[in-house]
Amino acid sequence: MSYIRPEFRHPASKTNTSGFTRKDYEGALSTLCAGCGHDSVSNAIIDSCFELGVWPHRVAKISGIGCSSKTPTYFLGKSHGFNSVHGRMPSVATGANMANGEMAYIGVSGDSDTASIGLGQFAHVARRNLNMVYIVENNGCYGLTKGQDSATTDVGSSSKKGDPNPYEAVDLCSMALQLGATFVARSFSGDKEQLVPLIKAAITHNGFAFIDVISPCVTFNNTPASSKGFEFVREHREATGKMDFVPVRSEITTNYEPGFVKEITLHYGSVIHLYKDDKLDCTDRNSALRAIQEHDEKGRILTGLLYVDPDSRDFHKVQQTVKQPLRDLNEEDLCPGARSLNAINASLR
Amino acid sequence: MARALLPPLLAPGLSLMSEFLGLAYFAEVPAVLFDIQRAGPSTGMPTRTQQSDIFAAAYASHGDTKHVLLIPSDPKECFEMSAESFNLADRLQTPIILMSDLDLGMNDNLCEPLEWDDERAYDRGKVFSKEDLDDMSERYGRYLDIDGDGICYRTLPGIHPDKGAFFTRGTSRDEYAIYTESGEAYVRNMERLSKKFETAKDLVPAPQLHEAKKATRDGMIFYGSSNNACLEALDILAADGLHLNAMRIRGFPFSKEVTDFIERHDRVFVIDQNRDAQMRKLLIIECELNPRKMLSYTHFDGMPMTALGAAKHIASVLGGSNVTPLRKKKAGEKA
Ligand SMILES: Cc1ncc(C[n+]2csc(CCOP(=O)(O)OP(=O)(O)O)c2C)c(N)n1
Ligand code: SF4
Ligand SMILES: [Mg+2]
Repeated sequence: MSYIRPEFRHPASKTNTSGFTRKDYEGALSTLCAGCGHDSVSNAIIDSCFELGVWPHRVAKISGIGCSSKTPTYFLGKSHGFNSVHGRMPSVATGANMANGEMAYIGVSGDSDTASIGLGQFAHVARRNLNMVYIVENNGCYGLTKGQDSATTDVGSSSKKGDPNPYEAVDLCSMALQLGATFVARSFSGDKEQLVPLIKAAITHNGFAFIDVISPCVTFNNTPASSKGFEFVREHREATGKMDFVPVRSEITTNYEPGFVKEITLHYGSVIHLYKDDKLDCTDRNSALRAIQEHDEKGRILTGLLYVDPDSRDFHKVQQTVKQPLRDLNEEDLCPGARSLNAINASLR
Repeated sequence: MARALLPPLLAPGLSLMSEFLGLAYFAEVPAVLFDIQRAGPSTGMPTRTQQSDIFAAAYASHGDTKHVLLIPSDPKECFEMSAESFNLADRLQTPIILMSDLDLGMNDNLCEPLEWDDERAYDRGKVFSKEDLDDMSERYGRYLDIDGDGICYRTLPGIHPDKGAFFTRGTSRDEYAIYTESGEAYVRNMERLSKKFETAKDLVPAPQLHEAKKATRDGMIFYGSSNNACLEALDILAADGLHLNAMRIRGFPFSKEVTDFIERHDRVFVIDQNRDAQMRKLLIIECELNPRKMLSYTHFDGMPMTALGAAKHIASVLGGSNVTPLRKKKAGEKA
């Protein structure tokens, strides 16, 4: 969305624990359509990073191709980023993450990018439990190429073109759960209250954190007959228990609201507080799968945190990689040298 | 985002990865690929050898793309060029494709023992450090050609709190990595990439020359695993009174030495292990040669080429030979 951002900041503009203002997490002006759900997701990412106090230069943004994948230009302007090729953000993220495990990786993709051309890559990055946040801005259509149905368009849903979609939809959250993702959530671009704590928890999670964000395309798929339009989602949405994210550095009491019923401690000591007692057990994969299915059968969309494995072991851990970023390794660290080569030669004679 | 490596791939993988190759060319990402060429097209004869990915590798991906190729001829050179390819990838900030083949990659080959020089240092190419960024007063531009050789300075993520970050992509952008659809900015960038390719000519391994014992205006060009068969063919031809100077190409883009060699000769035989004489055509296109003087011998039945096959063909063209084939002609082998 193109708009003029007011340059004026109050001198006491709030700084976070790392000394940055929210502006330090902003990016270039958006060129998406006014009202596009994706811009709200960008704002939620900015809020999350600001509130968490992450260092912008320690974040890498990676995306595929699509309106959604364009958005990393519009947040975290001080971070490195890579807008890759359609459906293959996961392999670029995997390479970058393997080269430097000290950064936070935020991947942004679309429903076509992930559920159509990129389904294979998505499956493997989830299985490998790469330490990254993987956000799908799911509008049930190919926004950038003018609104064709995508693989997440529900049966019978129709976009501006008007023909009901005849094919079964791919449910990315169920798929992520089955593939071994260690953090799975669904949210809605129109619900910042829910989305921001989810993104904060996802950044903190040590492993593959997947968030399917329903993010309506106002230009091509916001009709009354579309199941990914604002109206439909608002009417058919249900939330899992309310969730609070309490980062490790803050005292529990600062964000504390009484009455939480479950506490999940993440890798570095941050805590998730869940408030509502419902049938969903967020630490049980099968419970999450069942809850999604049961809601789906009733025509409801379940949003919120669905699953988290607090003991997750990420890809680096499984692969037993070196701790330092590869850029800091030199000849001494990497090259076994002539002696080793001579020994290999000798062993083959 | 430091050193990139794509795993060894058999020929179909090159087709599969072509879109990424275009991205790496345009976004200027160092990468190394090993192509173990086999008999195509498609799944072709997957257990047989060929040198038939020359075009597919040199121009992989849509749009105006070009890639740097290193062409080893034995396991020792595979080893040495592998090490060198990483330096070149970082120096040139582009994919480097090592063109091996199934004969080299899967058969037993004799070679000199592999050696390593412990003094050898990595070349990480043009990378601005944190200190460089601190000392900089002007704005950092990822795609700004400061040195005039077409190669710009990279930064590595996570080193500096507020300088040097850039958002790269396969879409057109300006010198500061900012997205643009300006025709002028696009043309400037594409022309700089051409300049970088010119710079690469002097950085790829130089050709290996073999002078004939007698002065001659005839030449022979070969590459990769054809080396031993071609050297033997030269001996057979020389014994028969037919002398040719020879050159083994070891890299692409072609350096001045390659064009000089061709210019010194009236007729040049190019030996290819593929049907379409791909190296011959690549030379004609890239060096803007008269196709008439560029003769061809192709061998593409999936088996390693033989000295006799090449010698017999060349002798028949040059006129008069008493080379006698020791075996029957195979399908795909030209008489
Ligand atoms: C290999 C390849 N195929 C097709 C395209 C064309 N293309 C560009 S964006 C897009 C669909 C994007 O849809 P989605 O990922 O849902 O993102 P949205 O625009 O809806 O946010 C397609 C098919 C492409 N860029 N690359
Ligand atoms: S076409 Fe749709 S998805 Fe793309 S920017 Fe416009 S509203 Fe957003
Ligand atoms: Mg979409």
